[in-house]
Amino acid sequence: GNWSRLAAQQALTQDQLLQFDTFGNVSLIHVTDIHAQLKPIYFREPSVNIGVGDNRGAVPHVTGADFRKLYGIDDGSPSHYALSSGDFSSLAKAYGRVGGLDRVATVVNAIRADRPDALLLDGGDTWHGSYTCYQTEGQDMVNAMNQLRPDAMTFHWEFTLGSERVREIVEGLPFAALGQNIFDAEWDEPAELFPPYQFFERGGVKIAVIGQAFPYMPIANPGWMFPEYSFGIRDENMQAMVDEVRAQGAECVVCLSHNGFDVDKSMASKVTGIDVILTGHTHDALPEPVLVGDTILIASGSNGKFVSRVDLDIQNGRMMGFRHKLIPIFSDVIEPDAEMTAVIDEQRAPYKAELEEVIGQTDSLLYRRGNFNGTWDDLICDALMSEREADIAMSPGVRWGPSLIPGDDITREDLWNVTSMSYGKAYRSEMTGEFIKIILEDVADNIFNPDPYYQQGGDMVRIGGMGYRIDIGKPQGERITDMVLLKTGEAIDPAKNYVVAGWASVNENTEGPQIWDVVEAHIKKLGTVTVKPNDSVTVVGA
Amino acid sequence: LGGAAALTFVLPFRANAAVDDVIAEFTGGAAVGDAGVELTAPEIAENGNTVPIAVSAPGATSVLVLAAGNPTPGVATFNFGPLAASQTASTRMRLAGTQDVIAIAKLADGSFARSSKTVKVTIGGCGG
Amino acid sequence: MASGVKPRVKVPKSASAGEAIVIKTLISHPMESGQRKDGDGNPIPRSIINRFTCEFNGQTVIDITMEPAISTNPYFEFEATVPEAGEFAFTWYDDDGSVYNDNKAITV
Ligand SMILES: [Mn+2]
Ligand SMILES: [Mn+2]
Repeated sequence: GNWSRLAAQQALTQDQLLQFDTFGNVSLIHVTDIHAQLKPIYFREPSVNIGVGDNRGAVPHVTGADFRKLYGIDDGSPSHYALSSGDFSSLAKAYGRVGGLDRVATVVNAIRADRPDALLLDGGDTWHGSYTCYQTEGQDMVNAMNQLRPDAMTFHWEFTLGSERVREIVEGLPFAALGQNIFDAEWDEPAELFPPYQFFERGGVKIAVIGQAFPYMPIANPGWMFPEYSFGIRDENMQAMVDEVRAQGAECVVCLSHNGFDVDKSMASKVTGIDVILTGHTHDALPEPVLVGDTILIASGSNGKFVSRVDLDIQNGRMMGFRHKLIPIFSDVIEPDAEMTAVIDEQRAPYKAELEEVIGQTDSLLYRRGNFNGTWDDLICDALMSEREADIAMSPGVRWGPSLIPGDDITREDLWNVTSMSYGKAYRSEMTGEFIKIILEDVADNIFNPDPYYQQGGDMVRIGGMGYRIDIGKPQGERITDMVLLKTGEAIDPAKNYVVAGWASVNENTEGPQIWDVVEAHIKKLGTVTVKPNDSVTVVGA
Repeated sequence: LGGAAALTFVLPFRANAAVDDVIAEFTGGAAVGDAGVELTAPEIAENGNTVPIAVSAPGATSVLVLAAGNPTPGVATFNFGPLAASQTASTRMRLAGTQDVIAIAKLADGSFARSSKTVKVTIGGCGG
Repeated sequence: MASGVKPRVKVPKSASAGEAIVIKTLISHPMESGQRKDGDGNPIPRSIINRFTCEFNGQTVIDITMEPAISTNPYFEFEATVPEAGEFAFTWYDDDGSVYNDNKAITV
């Protein structure tokens, strides 16, 4: 779209980033998966993002140079830096940090200046992912988002605050908390706290926004923290809701979704009557919409790095056309909104000293995104093995967590940005080689099952101290082979016990120190972090 | 992702011979078609101890539900009376691992129909 | 005998004659499967509700045979036809011989 032209240009201005020829009669603004990132950050997009089944080789499973070729993006351009991996550290030095909710506010305000009744929709994973968010149980993000004034949101990691806290916040929200798939677990009835949809009249158009929370919440996250609720995709109920809002006169149906991109693609092919799906959860940033039948899918990235603007022309209940722009939030180019800056500063002030404390330095690029490993997780695994005296370490394949570039200080805030969660205890337990294989097979199938409805999103569990080979195309139970204990070079013995340290267990009563304390102790001992290249995972069949 | 308590996780079972025996007992050995019964179950169970399932078999007199990979496959038999407004019913069941759930209906004409669905029971963890 | 067994039923208070209504039932019960072992490794004996019935004015709506694979706190949802005003009778049969009842009247 517009900004592949912009991509060719050398100098960036705020006007260029915001340039948009207002179109049609409705504007949607989409933010998602902010993960409590109030301040500008670095964020490296993945270099490995394998698609399976019908999604093999399809976006968002195209990375690096292939991605730039697909969208006509020049090497070294702002779009290269914002949207794809490759040459990240040097581009980061040239283009600077991205995101920052005060810059996001400037962009939202500018769109509202063009179209005062634009709908702002937040796809969730908002109240999770930072030091201040943890300390305030999400209140910092609630306060900041209330300043941004969204019209609706849906949910995922929010529920890891526990259902009591979620209820407390949601009851006070000045906007709609939506989820057609959030059900009362006991009676299997729609949960009253979360309406399935909300109507808005904008530009003379009756718009229904239907919420879709993350379907696999009690599996990917600790279900014991929110036992009152059941989720699931529930696409039959989605169809019923679409039919219901259409019957009530909806001229435009928008689904605010936290399904993940491939699940949304699949849902769009099964459910008819949705004009726009604003996707979330899998953190993909796509410069153009993806069309499935008559439905357009918008992917707006994560960690506050992007804002999507979608202008629609709705006539007589039909979408006649659309115009879209994925706006990258270059923090040195976009002027911060002073009012939002004040709100952010107010949230952070009580924790300033703790946030800013320098734990160490890094000589290496520290990042997370990618199907198999990232240097942040390599460092976390090293910390777990060293501090918890383990043979093998496991770190969850989450997709949130900003990057640091070589030469950066590592502050406590940086460390919490990649570890903060309400179930962060670092366990240490004995597992047989057979059980370790079961875990790898189980997680691999949740990512590489050819049917998206059997996928949970996220990436492969990161492993320290052990190598393995994975054949993506094989069925569950046959993908993982050649498991090797790195410190001895010996094959993993299915019958033997190994000491495994990990974190983010979904089991209740997990014991151990908090992961951020484990990693902080490790970094303090190292002083300066250097992460060696990791080639312990061999991937075939992709 | 699995911590200490995950050590109690049970390996996925293979369908056992008892399944065929239970089906044969229900059908009296009659042939089983594939039209006339619908089974609804999640792709991935939120909790293997309480997996929601629903059966629907218009006109059926009874529907047998089996979990092919449990230590004993029986789950329930729904017998519909004259005041059943539809031959549909839902319940929640335990699954000892990823496996097929099977529904066999005895239809109005005395014939039998079968439907099945794979339900994944996963250790969980991770996410975006 | 299972303790604290408590049935709960959701039935509309009224319906029109011949209408199909949705009924939901829950009963608190551990549904001990017989597959589990206690802390000393001894098998915990099976103790489940093995049958559930729903009748309306003496006529059967549904009669369910239950196996140990039914979850703790058994849940059922089904549809009944209401030909006239009357009373639904719900009955759960326990392995230990206990029988639990609940009744719900409905007007037409
Ligand atoms: Mn997310
Ligand atoms: Mn998510």
